[in-house]
Amino acid sequence: MTPVSLSVPDLGAAALLIVLDAALSLALGLGLHRQVTVAAARMVVQLVLVGLVLRTVFALGSPALTLAVVLAMVLIAAREVAARPERQLGRFGNLLVGAVVVSLATFLTTMLALTTALRPHPWWQPRAAIPLAGIILGNVLNAASLSLDSLLGGVARERAAIEARLALGEPFRDAIRPLVREAARRGLLPIVNQMSAAGLVTLPGIMTGQILGGMDPMQAVRYQILLMFLLAGGSGLAAAGVALFASRLLSDARQRLRLDRLAG
Amino acid sequence: MPREAERLNAEETLLRAAGLSGRLAGPVDFSLDAGECLAITGRSGAGKTLLLRMVADLDPHRGEAWLRGAARSAMPAPVWRRQVVYSAAESGWWAPRVGAHFPSPPGPERLARFGLRDDILEASVAACSTGERQRLALLRALALTPAVLLLDEPTGALDRESVARVEAVLRDYLVAGGAMLLVTHDSGQAERLGTLQCRLHEGALRPA
Repeated sequence: MTPVSLSVPDLGAAALLIVLDAALSLALGLGLHRQVTVAAARMVVQLVLVGLVLRTVFALGSPALTLAVVLAMVLIAAREVAARPERQLGRFGNLLVGAVVVSLATFLTTMLALTTALRPHPWWQPRAAIPLAGIILGNVLNAASLSLDSLLGGVARERAAIEARLALGEPFRDAIRPLVREAARRGLLPIVNQMSAAGLVTLPGIMTGQILGGMDPMQAVRYQILLMFLLAGGSGLAAAGVALFASRLLSDARQRLRLDRLAG
Repeated sequence: MPREAERLNAEETLLRAAGLSGRLAGPVDFSLDAGECLAITGRSGAGKTLLLRMVADLDPHRGEAWLRGAARSAMPAPVWRRQVVYSAAESGWWAPRVGAHFPSPPGPERLARFGLRDDILEASVAACSTGERQRLALLRALALTPAVLLLDEPTGALDRESVARVEAVLRDYLVAGGAMLLVTHDSGQAERLGTLQCRLHEGALRPA
């Protein structure tokens, strides 16, 4: 496969569309022209920087540097997971849940793909490991934050029901189980939707990119199927892991519901 | 008191609590024998509900309690709570249907004693009135045959006839060897059911 390369002037025509957006905003008095141009400029700068960083990391081919880049991405994702829910577990609980679950789910699924399906040489090759970890992280982040938001919101809403069960002598894990289940389900919905609509509603982004880049559609499809499996695995681990871990932090050795640990 | 003497002393009584104290109430000490009802009154916000929740071990607090001499801290919390059952003023429900909240469904005579209709177990919780839910919650708690009941305003939402029914059921429970901590705003109820009456004032229990 020879990649179809884009030159900078090739992008110029597409950039005219941003100018069109800005012009529309001015003509219709939407007041969005500044935001559109700033966002577009930001996007270009961010992506160019990432491209330069990736090129350097790929060229250096150092395992430590590869790991550092993946870790930095995991930390940023964990912070997003922690910040998303309306309610927060005190003493950095959200961040703890986010960091532990996001890193576990991402490392497990990325390692599986690197060691069984993609098998680059060496197995940690940055060109494979970094983009793969990135796309898995995006989905893990989504699943984890939806699950956490569902659990923390549900616990505050269902306090009377949970405590009624505790007061009747049920163990905490039984009293919280419906909420854990609901949270995990919520976290898994996006990937289920994505899988069932794949190819029918939209062509998934990776596949589109590879086909545009000149890859045989059947090869692109195989890559996409592999990715969907990885994303589903990562999402499942993240959604269930977040719900179980966060629910543990909401209880104590005497199996109480500790809503005092929940702020917001 | 040395710990051993404390333990022996506790064995004589059904429920004993020593030094229960939390954010708003305590330290509180009391003991209850079988057949006794300690009726607790006090202003709103005096910490009556928090006292019951401490006895049920639902909130972090200091102090110890014993059931027939067995220390609460020595048993898992669910084991304690199955015997010392707290029923909140606002009942909680976790399934759509009423019947799903009972491990074994109460018979029609049992429902009738509470003034509840025969088909209420098939009803949805949302369709029940506040008063029905309150009686159902009490029925649910009594179904565990608890050694001690911790009741928070058990008749707050009931009409006079239902209050009489519920009080009759609670009297039977006491006669059968149960014991109760009863929080109530109704001083008449405190007098009718209480074998001991106390007021919770500034965090301390005092004879009323």
